[in-house]
Amino acid sequence: MNVIEAESLSKHYRGTWALRECTLAIPAGHVAALVGPNGAGKTTLLNLAVGLAAPSAGAVTVLGGRPAGSRAALDGIAFVAQDTPVYKNLSAKDLLHLTRNLNRHFDMGYARARLDELGIPLKRKAGKLSGGQQAQLALTMALGRRPRLLVLDEPLANLDPVARHDFMATVMTAVAADGVSVLLSSHVLAELERVADYLILLSRGQVQMAGQAGDLLASHRMVGLEELALAYLRGPSEVTR
Amino acid sequence: MTALTMSARPGHDTDLRPVPWRRMAWVTWRQHRFALAGVAGLLGALAAYLLFTGLRMHHAYAPLAACHPVEALACSNSIIDFDTVYWSTAEAVAVFLQVVPALIGAFVVAPILARELETGTFRYAWTQGLGRARWTLAKLAPLTVILAAAAGAFSVLFSWYFAPFADQGMETRLPPLAPLVFDLHGVAFAAWTLAACSIGALAGMLIRRVVPAIAATMAAWAGLALAVGLFLRQHYLAPLIAHNPNLPGSAWIISSWYTGRNGKPLSQAAVSQFLQGYHPAAPTQVGPNTLQTNLDPVGYITQHGYQYWVSYQPASRFWPFQWIEGGYLLGLSVVLIAATIWLVHRRAA
Repeated sequence: MNVIEAESLSKHYRGTWALRECTLAIPAGHVAALVGPNGAGKTTLLNLAVGLAAPSAGAVTVLGGRPAGSRAALDGIAFVAQDTPVYKNLSAKDLLHLTRNLNRHFDMGYARARLDELGIPLKRKAGKLSGGQQAQLALTMALGRRPRLLVLDEPLANLDPVARHDFMATVMTAVAADGVSVLLSSHVLAELERVADYLILLSRGQVQMAGQAGDLLASHRMVGLEELALAYLRGPSEVTR
Repeated sequence: MTALTMSARPGHDTDLRPVPWRRMAWVTWRQHRFALAGVAGLLGALAAYLLFTGLRMHHAYAPLAACHPVEALACSNSIIDFDTVYWSTAEAVAVFLQVVPALIGAFVVAPILARELETGTFRYAWTQGLGRARWTLAKLAPLTVILAAAAGAFSVLFSWYFAPFADQGMETRLPPLAPLVFDLHGVAFAAWTLAACSIGALAGMLIRRVVPAIAATMAAWAGLALAVGLFLRQHYLAPLIAHNPNLPGSAWIISSWYTGRNGKPLSQAAVSQFLQGYHPAAPTQVGPNTLQTNLDPVGYITQHGYQYWVSYQPASRFWPFQWIEGGYLLGLSVVLIAATIWLVHRRAA
């Protein structure tokens, strides 16, 4: 099963193509990193995949052919948007209840245990939590839904190094425990190098390269994903040489 | 649940039942209870004020309503005294209540979607399993219905409060169709609240920012209310036309004009010029306590071969007009809410 399948997917915004003729299939069971410079179309691709945006052309399906944004698709996907927006005036406990009431499944025991482990007080308003705690709270709300696919848009962008590490540790624990597939975007590949085993390189609204990390490295005789991505972004000709 | 079982049964739960509505009720209540409490506080404070001043006013009015004959000088003098004491307050209340539906729509409903879009939380709310169209419907429908119902209950209290000034037996009273009070009685107040709420919902979705959405809701509501009050309402049913009439004070006069001896309408200037020759006589005593005022320019003019015409809406049309106004405002609200949900459903982020 492919967790995401895009077919000639294009998105047009105010005179420019944010995404152009993007064809892609990400198989289940990976931690996939969507990498590219700012403005490459990463957020656009993720928004299309979770149904927050409608494609200008082409189509995208998730979790084995469910139309993106359909109720069946949303049922199996959890999305944490950039800057992890949560209702700042609600307590952590209320946010968990909110998420439970907005979904068919929610593992309240898991969610409470996670927050307890992280030392996030249930009674505290989300707005009073630190940035790292807010990100962890948003992640817990997403993981408590027991999704098959977890989509994270720039999850680490505004976190300090400790919070980044803790955040990714939570993600990787869920991957190990549940086998959830993950798709996360970043403009900094270095921090994903250790966790990502699938890479999609996006630049100027087009997929430059996609595949399992090991295969890509082997075929290009590179040692690190960052080196490979850099080389690609400078110009694909340098890589194939 | 593991990756293995997932891939072995792709889409096995695609046709399972959706999230039940009652769970969404908790969400709506939890997120908007303070706004609802604000409305309850506003309407509650107003209700307490109406009850307090209304009881005193009704107490003062009881002997007046029983005064006979109504034409007696003592009766009309007490009515004038009563009006002097109570009318300015009642008028201020009526003027303030005109904007209450707009306040509710702008400050309670307009921010619902605007705040989600402004702060980015829509990215959370609209990617949950419930689905965003159902989420929107489950927020907007109960809130607008509750707010309209509260407004409807409040207008019953207002009608009681205002009863002395709506007394059909008194010649000096406002017609029940008069713009200042018509939309505070009957079903109109609830319908206007419903309309203001649905305008707010759509404005919030279109404008996506809280403060501009509030301003736009007020502006759109004011435009609609003025258009209805000044132009539309008088045409719900064709006005009646009377000739040299002696209309009851409860009739809502839409317009009046004179025609000359040849049957052509007279200009205002011609009427003014003609009235230069009119010198009213002093009041004459016709009874022990009754004065006959001789101030009757219409009578003067009609005696000289001119005709006086009035188009008006009789007070008996109050309920038909209420149902007409309530009906189309309900229709408008349903259309606006549906448009909002459609926009949420379709919107490209």
